[in-house]
Amino acid sequence: MDKYIWLIPLLPLAGFIINGLGRNALPKNVIGFIGSLLVLVSFGLSVAAFFQIKASGVPINVTLFEWVSVGNLKIPFAFLVDQLSAIMLLIITGVGFLIHLYSIGYMHHDAGFGKFFAYLNLFVFFMLLLVLGSNYLIMFIGWEGVGLCSYLLIGFWFTNPSYADAAKKAFLMNRIGDLGFLIAVFIIFNVFGSIAFADVFGKAASMPSGNTTLLVITLLLFVGATGKSAQIPLFTWLPDAMAGPTPVSALIHAATMVTAGIYMIARSNILFTLSPVTLEVISIVGLATAVFAALIALTQTDIKKVLAYSTVSQLGYMFLGLGVGAYTGAFFHVLTHAFFKALLFLGAGSVIHAMSDEQDMRKMGGLKGKLPITFTTMLIGTIAISGIPPFAGFFSKDEILAHTFEHSTTLYVIGVITAAFTSFYMFRMLFLTFFGKFRGTHEQEHHLHESPATMTIPLIVLAILSVIGGFIGVPEVLGGHHELEHFLAPVFEPSTKLMGEHHLTHSTEWILMAVSVGAAVVALGYAYLKYISKSHVPVSDTEERPLLANLSYNKFYVDELYNLIIRKPLDALSNFLYKVVDLLGIDGLVNGLGKGSIEASRGLRLLQTGNVGFYIFMMVVGIVAILVYGYTLVN
Amino acid sequence: MTVSILLFLPVVAAIIVAFIKNGAAKHAALFFAVAELALAAVFLSRFVPDASTQFLITTSWIPKLGIYFTAGIDGISMVMVLLTTLLVPLIILTTYKHEYKNAGAFYALILFMQAGLLTVFTALDGFLFYVGWEAALIPIYFICALWGGENRIKVNIKFFIYTFAGSLFMLIGIIYLYMHAPAKTYELGDLYKAVLDPHQQSWVFWAFFIAFAIKMPIFPFHTWQPDTYTEAPSAGTMMLSGIMLKMGIYGVIRWLIPNAPSGFLQWQNLAIVLSIIGVVYASLIAFNQKDGKRLIAYSSIGHVGLIAAGIFAFNVQGIQGAMIQMLNHGINVVGLFFIWDIISRRTNTRDISQLGGIAKVAPNFAIAFLIITLGTVALPLTNGFIGEFLLLKSVFNYDIWLSAIAGLTIIFGAVYMLRMYKNTMQGEANALTAVFADISGSEKLVLGIICALIIIIGVYPQPILHISEAAVTNLVREVEEKLVNVAGKGY
Repeated sequence: MDKYIWLIPLLPLAGFIINGLGRNALPKNVIGFIGSLLVLVSFGLSVAAFFQIKASGVPINVTLFEWVSVGNLKIPFAFLVDQLSAIMLLIITGVGFLIHLYSIGYMHHDAGFGKFFAYLNLFVFFMLLLVLGSNYLIMFIGWEGVGLCSYLLIGFWFTNPSYADAAKKAFLMNRIGDLGFLIAVFIIFNVFGSIAFADVFGKAASMPSGNTTLLVITLLLFVGATGKSAQIPLFTWLPDAMAGPTPVSALIHAATMVTAGIYMIARSNILFTLSPVTLEVISIVGLATAVFAALIALTQTDIKKVLAYSTVSQLGYMFLGLGVGAYTGAFFHVLTHAFFKALLFLGAGSVIHAMSDEQDMRKMGGLKGKLPITFTTMLIGTIAISGIPPFAGFFSKDEILAHTFEHSTTLYVIGVITAAFTSFYMFRMLFLTFFGKFRGTHEQEHHLHESPATMTIPLIVLAILSVIGGFIGVPEVLGGHHELEHFLAPVFEPSTKLMGEHHLTHSTEWILMAVSVGAAVVALGYAYLKYISKSHVPVSDTEERPLLANLSYNKFYVDELYNLIIRKPLDALSNFLYKVVDLLGIDGLVNGLGKGSIEASRGLRLLQTGNVGFYIFMMVVGIVAILVYGYTLVN
Repeated sequence: MTVSILLFLPVVAAIIVAFIKNGAAKHAALFFAVAELALAAVFLSRFVPDASTQFLITTSWIPKLGIYFTAGIDGISMVMVLLTTLLVPLIILTTYKHEYKNAGAFYALILFMQAGLLTVFTALDGFLFYVGWEAALIPIYFICALWGGENRIKVNIKFFIYTFAGSLFMLIGIIYLYMHAPAKTYELGDLYKAVLDPHQQSWVFWAFFIAFAIKMPIFPFHTWQPDTYTEAPSAGTMMLSGIMLKMGIYGVIRWLIPNAPSGFLQWQNLAIVLSIIGVVYASLIAFNQKDGKRLIAYSSIGHVGLIAAGIFAFNVQGIQGAMIQMLNHGINVVGLFFIWDIISRRTNTRDISQLGGIAKVAPNFAIAFLIITLGTVALPLTNGFIGEFLLLKSVFNYDIWLSAIAGLTIIFGAVYMLRMYKNTMQGEANALTAVFADISGSEKLVLGIICALIIIIGVYPQPILHISEAAVTNLVREVEEKLVNVAGKGY
């Protein structure tokens, strides 16, 4: 298998090149087929790699070539497949394939079909590079590369200026985080003399806990993670990223790219375990993001916006998990979230498709009869994300919450409240969309249809995974063996050794589970009461909302705030530097010096013509004279 | 085989092209420029990437004054030769859709300038270096003065006086070194041996620094640059920004630091801080520029500031980063000015706010613009990344806070580049841009080559880094040894 690892990222890259060059020449079926098939082959290879790792337990290291070598800085283009990256490979290529398949149907009528598949393939390539890199710089190539693809795909319909703005915003916010990442890489190199994971983690393991260098490194890496994984304060790009086509939202802005921050921290777990302060910061930022985004999601009326804020919120959960040391739990949630959130986005896409591009839930309603497969699968996704057993989300969320409880009761309580919010806004979405009466136009109603098979098959597969996906991590208290934990154990071993084992009693675990499931069910019930029994529909934008609802609906005016405290001052500074400092100040001084010397040299003017052309002429004459003089001397 | 062939071919070419009448001049110029590139390729193929100087020529020139025609190529010069010989044919090709009056003279000046530039990059004699320096300046002065925009005369006088004043300081510096050189020659090796105390070195530092800082330019010596870049004809702007400003950077590496190491050490901090101020300052100013060409001019100040900072931090990674980034900046900035040349030729405006929606009507142009934009914002796997990475790493080795400030370039650079891209290419087309014709012919060829270079160097930068590695390592070691010796003498 080791010999074929390089094919895993290379095949999607080949897809990018073929589809990119042939985007206008090749027929759509061929483009869709090539784009999907290559990812499918990558998936096959990933499965093979996974089973090899599972059987042998030995990570695969492959060095392709020396990428950069300057002085003592040597960076090989090298890959590492261990338990952690093996699972990421499966998610990226597996879910990625399903989304490619779905896109064949979803994007069929789009003029940019070829370009879309090219970009999607390019994304898969960079994402694979990100998880395969065996040092921080190769990871960084993927890290920024997926940012590029995100930019390209958010701005896919770039003739709409607000979409183009959303794309730009995503790229810039990511770049802020990337600067943190880059400086962390510099420090890592200076401290450890290498940026290869094996060297860094090996040396770090013997460093004392709470060490300042590690603190700085981990905080900077976390800054990088907040950009890519949309955490406070760099989260506002993700909801805007919904400007991209829905399959993009599912693949990039839910299942894979946005989890890169969690992957990176899980990968570097030993560095973080040795920095308790950073972990504390991560848990607080993660939880704050989870609550904040959930609060916003409560009142959104755009189906994709609900899902976008829900993604931000779920990512917050994952960071909470990392922060309380539940590395496996956080990663488990990455996995289950990839299933159910991709499912929910694709389901939303199917709805939008059927509704002739309508995204406002106030104009939907009663779709369950017309879109039975979409409805059933989305119902499964909703139950899964709400943390209701035995669906996937329950197990992963429960694991994070249980660890949080061990860590701090306050954080736990807030976490459970957030879980209740989640259940509420998700069922609100489901009820508003599929239940009650249809509220759209007659024309939309006339066009309502279930999506074609290329779109429903991915929904069904993802729904199945959302049902059974949690069973790989059933805790002991429920009679399971938590296969995922055992599988990932070697990756987190350095950390678990340090953290020690402490277990909650089974009775406590039962209570915790009952509390979180209870909260979710109560919230579900409330949503049912409000949106089904009372058939409530959110008010139109022109009507007034109560204060809190208004704040939530307007996303707490965070964008406006950033505009006011960052963008506007920078633009003002830019104008000030240009018009005042540069033109009047520095250039004024230079011109003044020039004028001054002209005044002063008035007396000498008789000798000088003041004509630059004349000076140059004299200079040329002088140089020629020197050349000729030299030539005669030589000969 | 000596470097003299490389220096004289463009002179001969310039003389021939000067006499060719209008239409054929560009073809002849392109032919000679490609021949020069091929010749450079021959040199590269015979070049041994060790620390030695190769293809050396030493001819007595004005022996009474200790002036020799000494030139040669080591790894550092090799990269500069590649930069020059690669960009000149590309730049000539960008003019293929222009019709110039007195085309023969125009192309002759470009070729003559190439000879001057190559002399600067290979000269190992202070006097020859100075001659090359001025010989590169004079043609560009005429190019700007005769073929430039409306305000060309006023802007050009300022440009000329400013940079010429700078080079006079350098001439004083060279003569001062010569007076202290043990063998009383202008040969670089001899100048290196001049024994100067730190105070004297401080003066030498400033004499060179002012000349180089103006040429690059470094903040606050930059105000001639935006006007000149904006008013010059596109090909002139490309010669200036793509190649000529690198004379200043090269000068710092070869002439400033090794000639006055302890002078440099005294002012190192100031030099880095000025360079980094330039990075942030120019990037911020670029945010809201309305004229596309002027925006690129300011962005160039920012990028060059980072290169300068990386060199002044003085370590192998920084100088290696500077070497590859000089090449990359040359490629990218020529691409960007060509993009604006195409836009302004098609729409008669460079006002960004009047544009928009071009991507829809000219997809190939949009792809090229995007790739060059990505190279400029230093996305990994494009050429800009590894250079910027090494330069920031170098500044980081000097001071972590300064590297964080300089690192703002990766954010700010993306701000102005993506703003510009969005406002020109994205959105709906308007009356002005709706009829924008996609690139064709020579435009496609130039942009295709530039995009290919951006990606190839980005994916596999090592061969280029390898060319200069030994020479740079050697140079850094020699300077460090010199500093140790000076410290040993109790200075």
